[in-house]
Amino acid sequence: MTMPFYVAPEQVMKDRAEYAQKGIARGRSLVACVYDDGILVVAENPSRSLHKVSEIYDRIAFAGVGKYNEFDQLRVAGVRHADTKGFAFSREDVDARSLANLYAQFLGQVFTHEMKPLEVEILVAELGADGKPDELYHIAYEGTITDEDRFAVLGGETETITDRFAGSFADGWNLDTALRAAVAALAGPDRTLAPTDLEVAVLARGGGRRAFRRLGSGELAERMAGGRRSGSRRAGAQTPPADADGDGDTPAS
Amino acid sequence: MGLPLFPPGEDPGPSFAALIRHSDLAGAAPRPGAVASAGDGPASHAPGPSVAHGTTVVAMRYADGVVMAGDRRATEGNIIAHRAMEKVFPADRHSAVAIAGAAGPAVEMVKLFQTQLEHYEKVEGVALSLEGKANQLGQMVRENLPMAMQGLVVVPLFAGFDLRLGRGRIFTYDVTGGHFEEADHAATGSGGRDARTTIKLGWRPDLAREESVELAVRALYEAADEDSATGGPDLVRGIFPMVATVTADGYTPLDDAEVAERFASLVQRRGVGRGIGGGGP
Repeated sequence: MTMPFYVAPEQVMKDRAEYAQKGIARGRSLVACVYDDGILVVAENPSRSLHKVSEIYDRIAFAGVGKYNEFDQLRVAGVRHADTKGFAFSREDVDARSLANLYAQFLGQVFTHEMKPLEVEILVAELGADGKPDELYHIAYEGTITDEDRFAVLGGETETITDRFAGSFADGWNLDTALRAAVAALAGPDRTLAPTDLEVAVLARGGGRRAFRRLGSGELAERMAGGRRSGSRRAGAQTPPADADGDGDTPAS
Repeated sequence: MGLPLFPPGEDPGPSFAALIRHSDLAGAAPRPGAVASAGDGPASHAPGPSVAHGTTVVAMRYADGVVMAGDRRATEGNIIAHRAMEKVFPADRHSAVAIAGAAGPAVEMVKLFQTQLEHYEKVEGVALSLEGKANQLGQMVRENLPMAMQGLVVVPLFAGFDLRLGRGRIFTYDVTGGHFEEADHAATGSGGRDARTTIKLGWRPDLAREESVELAVRALYEAADEDSATGGPDLVRGIFPMVATVTADGYTPLDDAEVAERFASLVQRRGVGRGIGGGGP
């Protein structure tokens, strides 16, 4: 009987982690942060139809980096979990924390028990209601879950992007300022990112039941150029959506 | 509840109804054949005891889309069970659904329908077409057929703004889930006949919003006047029928104040000595 080669568990884990990290680093990064009226998610994504940022539930958004098919499968599972829970109990019982925990368990399970770890990093963001703070859960490929309350950076080169972004982060800043800082952090000193290279979405307060909204390319260009800055300082937050696409079903009343 | 992941062959796709059939919630949604029928086959007699078909809901097209309205009364036999029940709901951003029939299963069906439309939109990234939505609702009505055979009939009315065609559209249903598109207007429920007659006499193409709301209000008033299971304006408690519009801008319920004012002026015009059965406004 032949004995299988002995490989130390440390080595196995290290190899898997390296494999996953490599896969994630190949893709482009993503920045999410809170601003005065909600949560902003900016992803570098040249595709208009294959989304990295999506809606999970009324106040919950999902973002993923890495392998598209893998994080999209997780996104759909999240939508299913949230809708089932909201249907069985009540809409207010659906929360990001329990969903983030499920994701973490699943990623951890796959990392330790399957041949191939998932090459993804995901973010679950929830807009706080009734005085509760906004929540950002950052879940890594091996199931490590981090709870951020200001911003999160996902993908490759997170350290440099985090450094750049942390330098400009300010509590209570408005959407336009946050957006420009996020884009600058993603681009770095040597590149400039055009609106067509980006996928941007917000979870915005006061937009009705469904808080998730995508920023269309027109609005995005305008905000990045600072066109909406003139006039009142909060002009950005007050302007009605340019595209009604991701807006809530029920009108705010 | 774990993370709902499915092997490729069992994936429910964008269907929420299929998803909950997979999960532990199976009992929560109506399933085809889930109800053991007491009698064999289709019930040969009148529907079961106290489940009346008592309601009036109406929908009509107007220049900007559709207007939909419904009374607020729920009955149990000859008892008024509830005075402020809502029978007009937003199905999603660009459509509305109104219900007639057994209240419990009807409200449950609306909840499932709303969830289904939103679920599809989120999973697929685009909303269903208006016909797709109408079809979905038809399937839900059909799945309710075993219950309907026992008297728990649910007959919805569906209307919405078709973004592709740029106009409002209305769909009516029968017990078996068959759905039919109505050209201009529709009414269902026990007072549906009276409401339909009123609308038929006053409707013309491209009504303005105010005119169509007024006509819907009159239709409900006439239905309540003739049908005991349809509630009229409750001036004592301040409960008025629900009216909502669906246009390119989405579903908008009318302010209670606006509806109250319309009923007040209608009642004023119809007062004693001014011709109770009077026709025109």
